[in-house]
Amino acid sequence: MPKVASPAPRADWAKRPLPSRMNITLVRGVSGPPAKYCIVEIMGAIQNKLEGPVSDELTLVRAAKQGDDSAFEELVRRYDRNVFRIAQHITQNREDAEDVVQEAFLKAYGNLQKFQEQSKFYTWLVRIAVNEALMKLRRKKPERTVSLDEDIKTEDDSLPREIADWSPNPEQQYTQAELREILSKTIQGLPPGFRTVFVLRDVEGLSTEETAAALELSVPAVKSRLLRARLQLRERLGRFFQKRENGHLNRGDVNRGDGNQ
Amino acid sequence: MKCSEFLHELTNYLDGVIDENTKVELENHLSWCHNCYVVCDTTKKTIEIYRDSQLYELPEDLRGKLRSAIMAKCQQHKKRGPQSV
Repeated sequence: MPKVASPAPRADWAKRPLPSRMNITLVRGVSGPPAKYCIVEIMGAIQNKLEGPVSDELTLVRAAKQGDDSAFEELVRRYDRNVFRIAQHITQNREDAEDVVQEAFLKAYGNLQKFQEQSKFYTWLVRIAVNEALMKLRRKKPERTVSLDEDIKTEDDSLPREIADWSPNPEQQYTQAELREILSKTIQGLPPGFRTVFVLRDVEGLSTEETAAALELSVPAVKSRLLRARLQLRERLGRFFQKRENGHLNRGDVNRGDGNQ
Repeated sequence: MKCSEFLHELTNYLDGVIDENTKVELENHLSWCHNCYVVCDTTKKTIEIYRDSQLYELPEDLRGKLRSAIMAKCQQHKKRGPQSV
C-alpha cells in the first residue's frame, strides 16, 4: 500500500488554496481554466535557457562556414554553458564535462560544412556533445554498456510507490550547497539514458522532437523515458522533501549518498 | 479514468500537449484523487527544482579558459586541414 501523508477530505482538499507558485499563471492572464488546474500553463511557461533568436544563430553558422572564426566563437559563447551542463549531467564528472565541451565544439567546427541547416545548430551540437559524453562514460564504465536504448522495462515499473506530499518550498529548507548535493546525487542514481532525456527536456528546455532528434530516438521513446525519469527523480527527492506527519520537513541525510544505487 | 491511465498521460499533461477531452478527464481525476494530485504536483516541483537549480553552472574563469582552448584548437585544425578532427 502506498504511504499517504494525512490526506485531506476530498471536499476540503478541492477547496484548498493554491500554493503561491501556482498563482503565477493567473497573473500571466491565461484564460479559461479554474485556478486549481493551472499546472499545464505553468509547465507551458518553462522556457529553454538559450539566448538569442534562431535566425541570428543561422547567420552566425553561415558566417562560420565561410571561415569567420569570430562567428564560431560567438556560437561557443552562446552554447558553452548548455553543453557543459548537459555533459556533466551525463558524465557526472567535472573534468570529463570540460573535455566534452572542448571536443564537441571542435568536432562541430571540423564538421560545420556537413551541417545541413535542417535542424537548429544547437540541436546538432547537442547531438555531438551527447555522443562525446556517452563515449566518456563508456570508457569509464566498460563493464556496463552505456546506451540510450537500455533500460526498457515493463510498463508498471514506474508506478509510484511513495505518494507522501512534500512540505511547501522544500528546497528552501536546505542551503544552496546541500541542495546541489541532493540534486546531484539524486540524478546520478538514474540510468544515463533517463538522465540524458531529463536534462535535455526539462533542464535545457529542448522540445520532445528536438530531444528525439538529438538522441536519435523516437518521440514515444523520449516520452516514455521522460516520464520514468521524472517519476524516479520525484520519488528519490521525496526522501529529502517529504512532510512528516507533524507537518515538519523530513530532512533526509544529505550525505547518506543513496542516490547511487 | 484509473490512476494508471492518469500516470500514463502525466508527461503529456505537464507538457500541455493533450487534447481537450483527455485534459478534462485528467482534471476530473485530479479533482478527487489525492494521490494522483500529489504525484502530479511533486513531479512538477521536481522539474522546477532541477530547472532552477543552477546545478553544474560553468564558472566564468573556467569558461574563458575553455573558450580559449577551443578556439586555439580550431586554429590548429584550420592549419592542418580537415583530416585532423
